[in-house]
Amino acid sequence: MTTGLRPTPLWLRGLGYWAYQYKRTWRSSVTTSFLYPVLYLAAMGVGLGSLVDRHSHLVGGVPYLDFIAPGLLAATAMQIGANEAMYPVMGAIKWVRTYFAMLATPLRVIDVLRGHLGWIAVRLMAVSAIYLGVVAAFGVIRSPLAILAFPAAVVTGLSFAAPIAAFAATQDDNVGFTSIYRLGLIPLFLFSGTFFPVTELPDWLRPVAYATPLYHGVDLCRGLVLGTAELWPSIGDAAYLVILTLVGYRLARATFTKRLVV
Amino acid sequence: MSDPHPEPMVLARNLQKRFGEFVAVDSVDFEIERGEAFGFLGPNGAGKTSTMRMISCMSPVSGGTLRVLGMDPATQGSRIRSRIGLVPQEDSLDLELTVLDNLTVYGRYFDLPRPVIRERAMRLLDFAQLTERAHDRVDPLSGGMKRRLTIARALISDPDLLILDEPTTGLDPQARHLLWDRLYRLKQDGVTLVITTHYMDEAEQLCDRLVVMDHGRFAAEGAPSALIARYSTKEVVELRFRSGEHAEVARRLGDVAERTEVLADRLLLYTTDGDATLAEVHRRGLVPESALVRRSTLEDVFLRLTGRTLVD
Ligand SMILES: Nc1ncnc2c1ncn2[C@@H]1O[C@H](COP(=O)(O)OP(=O)(O)O)[C@@H](O)[C@H]1O
Ligand SMILES: [Mg+2]
Repeated sequence: MTTGLRPTPLWLRGLGYWAYQYKRTWRSSVTTSFLYPVLYLAAMGVGLGSLVDRHSHLVGGVPYLDFIAPGLLAATAMQIGANEAMYPVMGAIKWVRTYFAMLATPLRVIDVLRGHLGWIAVRLMAVSAIYLGVVAAFGVIRSPLAILAFPAAVVTGLSFAAPIAAFAATQDDNVGFTSIYRLGLIPLFLFSGTFFPVTELPDWLRPVAYATPLYHGVDLCRGLVLGTAELWPSIGDAAYLVILTLVGYRLARATFTKRLVV
Repeated sequence: MSDPHPEPMVLARNLQKRFGEFVAVDSVDFEIERGEAFGFLGPNGAGKTSTMRMISCMSPVSGGTLRVLGMDPATQGSRIRSRIGLVPQEDSLDLELTVLDNLTVYGRYFDLPRPVIRERAMRLLDFAQLTERAHDRVDPLSGGMKRRLTIARALISDPDLLILDEPTTGLDPQARHLLWDRLYRLKQDGVTLVITTHYMDEAEQLCDRLVVMDHGRFAAEGAPSALIARYSTKEVVELRFRSGEHAEVARRLGDVAERTEVLADRLLLYTTDGDATLAEVHRRGLVPESALVRRSTLEDVFLRLTGRTLVD
């Protein structure tokens, strides 16, 4: 809110637009960004989990529900981060032209970008917080470290959002986005350790899984929620995600500028 | 503050815009004074939008100097934009939001307090004759309504300078008339207007000064009446013959007017006394299918300068 004393930072004014228009769409987004993961949790964790647990009991050493709950947190963050950086970014350039409306006002390209990524971060925070609450209700939380799974999930989402936003600003249609889904997000969702440990993958595929950001997000969130996190591997995961976010941000600055300033 | 020599609102010297090798704006000079309505006329591709985008600090200058409100767009774009309103050629309204919401979100970019936005929005909706549609989504509104909303939106920050890039193009005559009427009011309120348009008649009435732009350059500049006096005659006789006859007739009438112009569908005779010239045409036994005597307009100036008609 404006108090008249200190001007609102320019990027925050950009974020304000996204928050404002979200009032219109929040209902449908609740389904995709919140209800689905909870349904997954119920179906796979509880339903499938009872079957898995009866036969092996030791997926990563914990009940199946506990195993996939933090994995789904990271995967959900990925999904939201990626989704919010695809069509909304391209639409704000091509269809609604929101970015151009902003750029006719005091906002600069960098404010437009920070405002949008900032809004995605807000979405990620809201979803992660609610999701962690649900996970706690399922009785999965085993460690006070779980509180750190909140920023870990947010950074996981941003590590997808920033580079994908950079890419989206170069696009004119949805062909590229479809490829990202088919070749990137869906395989990652299935094979980055969300539903089963990466160690179960064939030898040749394992290094690929280790290289993907979702693996690190899953690994980090799981270690924190279950209290099994080790210091250096966790720092490694976090560093990977933060660096990817920052690289994506720098790229987005370049592609946004190229597209918006002519 | 009474500055005896106020800096112009916009000052351009040798201003250029290039896209790669292509020169869209080719070294133009102009000054726009406070309270003035300044027009840029020209056909598609003349470089009007490129110029507007540079003035509104959305597009970097490729060469020369540009000062807007006494500041340099390259370093103070954000500050300059906080004091100007832009009506871009291409709408950038949020079609899913309501009319009022569009004003609200835009006002927030300028960090206006909510009560100020609300108060101004009510006034501007009235000004734009959109009060009844305040709570409707923008999408189904007519083109004229959207354009008026875009103007209202550009005014929410109470700008010192309003830049309008073809505010009326694509609208039906009635919608256009209403829009120009609103622009008159703004001018009377002392808002400095910079406007590009295809419509010469409207520019002639609204603009204090204008430039005729073609191929990135100014073909002429001045007050509308001065341009007409300089580049055209007092009156024009428009004659329509059967198609294909115009060139032949023009040859036979070469000496009855100061200048003749052959268009696809008609023949124009530039003269001081239209009635006398028309009488002379008849005396020579030529019978046009239709004949019209009218005052010279900017359209004629434009035709003279660029060899083209603007709207057809
Ligand atoms: N982003 C751009 N890249 C390349 N050429 C452009 C770009 N924008 C405009 N042009 C070219 O510059 C010329 C002037 O365009 P513009 O300023 O839009 O003219 P007007 O508004 O008078 O129709 C046109 O030939 C147009 O094709
Ligand atoms: Mg144009």
